[in-house]
Amino acid sequence: MFSISPGPIDGSALGKAMQDHAAGAFVLFEGRVRNENEGQVVTSLEYEAYEEMCHRQGQSILDAAKERFGVIAVTCVHRSGHLALGDVAVWLGVLGSHRGEAFAACRWIIDEIKVVLPIWKKEHYASGDSGWVRCEACAAGHDHHHSVTQDQASE
Amino acid sequence: MKLQLRYFALLRDQRGLGAEEIETGAATPAELFSELSGRHGFTLELDQLKVAVNEQFVDWSHSLKSGDTVVFVPPVAGG
Repeated sequence: MFSISPGPIDGSALGKAMQDHAAGAFVLFEGRVRNENEGQVVTSLEYEAYEEMCHRQGQSILDAAKERFGVIAVTCVHRSGHLALGDVAVWLGVLGSHRGEAFAACRWIIDEIKVVLPIWKKEHYASGDSGWVRCEACAAGHDHHHSVTQDQASE
Repeated sequence: MKLQLRYFALLRDQRGLGAEEIETGAATPAELFSELSGRHGFTLELDQLKVAVNEQFVDWSHSLKSGDTVVFVPPVAGG
């Protein structure tokens, strides 16, 4: 199940709900708010989401992962709204018979989420500035091409 | 034809609102963006955006239909 949460994610409850005696592996990924991005000190951020499309595309990604990796269950929750440093921005749990497919599915899902989902991040910086991430050149209207492979290369 | 538009992130900032219904002669998302950009002065170019119609990503040459919901998608940054 994929969902967007406007408030804090209860990871403990989500994890407890993922139970299946056929599963030998549970892999959990949390994406958290970090204090630095591209050399700037981040103080907080906001996520804005096209929610209807996120539900459709997010569920589609989870279904594709089950098909592709043969995992038993997947749950993913992504935040919207204001987040502080250290907050969980995205919670992703995968149940699999074995750790191989569970780790692989988890990695694939978060990589897809980062490229596909219509979610935008506005960072607030220690300098007092703020900006939409990956849009540094957009406001100026520069001839700037957003290559997803290059931009998504590292966390 | 009548279309439903949604705006997010930088485009929402530049348009000044999050949703509107418009009447247009544009047949494709490319034509529609050109029309809107000309009217509202968006600073993003076509090659910096993706476009979604009825919650699915489509090509810029996709044929629009009356009642479609169209969203121009600035660079995404989820996860």
